[in-house]
Amino acid sequence: MSPSARDARLLRWLAFAAGLASAVLILIVLFLMQESWPVIARYGLVHFVSARGWHPTEGTFNLVPMLAASAATSALAIALATPLGVAAAIFSRFYAAGIVGRLLHWVIVLLAGIPSVVLGLWGLTVIVPLILKVAPPGTSLLAGSLILALMILPTIALTTEAALASLPSAYGIGAAALGLSREAIIINIAIPATKASIFAGVMLASARALGETMAVLMVSGNVVQLPKSLFDPVRTLTANIALEMAYATGDHRASLFVSGLALTAVVLALAAVARRSGGQVVHA
Amino acid sequence: MTITGESEGLVEAVDGKAYTVGPLLSGPPCCRPETQIRVDGLSLGYGGKPALKDVSLDIYRGCITALIGPSGCGKTSLLSCLNRLTDLIPGCRVEGRIMLDGADIHSSGVDVQALRQRVGMIFQKPNPFPLSIRRNLEMPLKEHGITGRSELAARVERSLVDVGLWDEVKDRLDGAALSLSGGQQQRLCMARALVLEPEILLMDEPCSALDPLSSAVVEDLIETLRGRYTVVIVTHNLGQARRIANYAAFFWVNDRAGTLIEFDQCRRLFEQPRHQLTAAYVRGLRG
Repeated sequence: MSPSARDARLLRWLAFAAGLASAVLILIVLFLMQESWPVIARYGLVHFVSARGWHPTEGTFNLVPMLAASAATSALAIALATPLGVAAAIFSRFYAAGIVGRLLHWVIVLLAGIPSVVLGLWGLTVIVPLILKVAPPGTSLLAGSLILALMILPTIALTTEAALASLPSAYGIGAAALGLSREAIIINIAIPATKASIFAGVMLASARALGETMAVLMVSGNVVQLPKSLFDPVRTLTANIALEMAYATGDHRASLFVSGLALTAVVLALAAVARRSGGQVVHA
Repeated sequence: MTITGESEGLVEAVDGKAYTVGPLLSGPPCCRPETQIRVDGLSLGYGGKPALKDVSLDIYRGCITALIGPSGCGKTSLLSCLNRLTDLIPGCRVEGRIMLDGADIHSSGVDVQALRQRVGMIFQKPNPFPLSIRRNLEMPLKEHGITGRSELAARVERSLVDVGLWDEVKDRLDGAALSLSGGQQQRLCMARALVLEPEILLMDEPCSALDPLSSAVVEDLIETLRGRYTVVIVTHNLGQARRIANYAAFFWVNDRAGTLIEFDQCRRLFEQPRHQLTAAYVRGLRG
């Protein structure tokens, strides 16, 4: 076979693989739309935020408690993980010399590798009893947020670290030659120069937090209610789908697809924002 | 305009010549043969490999001293010793003494940040920070404890006038420094060093990454620094060294370590070199 024919064949295969990958995404979104359509057509979108509670067998599908739970656990997790992740990245980049920095880097990478069900197990046996001592029942919004924070910490730390590493060394040397302290370099140059990437990392972490199911399901208590305090048990959108999918039928089943569709839309939007702000996608 | 004292002379100078340095014109007489930096038996190595061996030379106050020689002969290493930037290089070992106005810069009590404020540095590749033009100049000042708004503004303006950049950027001080051209960026970097009012400026091939026109502008600018600042410049451009330097030091690689072959007044080094290697190098036969 001539080189140009080989090249053409390779091109066909690559185009097929690329097409397949994008087709799957489109098919999944179409499938979600199709499955959720019956209930949207019957009740209208407003129903999902205005109905009297979540009583799927009686035909009321208010998703607000689940939406609120997802938003609250993710927001709290982001609030906890962002300063920690950025601080860890700055420490490993600027302060931890040699072996300590490499060790810290690997610990963060390994943390990203822990399966979420294992984190959930750990949360259930360690975090939940601790919270129980403060305020029962232990399984709560707070427990879910803490576990989520642990899960997304590596995403934020690794994107920040990669962004800091991509800064030209000329900035650091130039700043040192001006007699600037390390602290001044970090605050005045490194962080402003990487804030778009840090923001992108936080957006990706938010997407991951919103989509996470198993660990939150295990530690958050799964009561459908608007949380009034950090210690209230809550049920996230994802947990709701996982818990009810097995037995849901008809409109109930379709309403779960509505939550799936909403979740997918938010996560894709966050990923798009992350991409626009110039961050690189680091899947932790 | 809030430039004090010599402002009248300054305005004239700016009108007369595009890239004149302002207050410097009324500075001390040009180039006195008075030692400001004494390098004494300096050796330097990276991770056990010698890069510079037993270099001794005097750098004179207010003069321009050029360091010339082939690549890898330790010129930049010597330069980095003078502001202790070598401290940042892992595995870099420095022996010997560097006396700045009679005080050893390596002695334990030395405040390295204050030393680097006195001894500024310009790099081969312009390295303005990814901030606005104004922040590039104000930030180092603030870090060195100057916070008064009017003084900040005055010093920013004076340093930009000094490098001939004021008229080009005065209307976009809050624009990104990285949007400037290469030559403008390099002059901004010089302004950033000057704004801290250093005594000595180290320059590591400051023109080599610039196009010929920008290079000429920067060279003219360096020339105008003579007298107010002590300048040590590494250059591969022998013509440039010859045009601007008062003193020149020629380095060569011996046994894989850089050594100082000859140090003399620039004209003598080029016209009556005492060493054969120097003669061959300046005539373009070697290196």
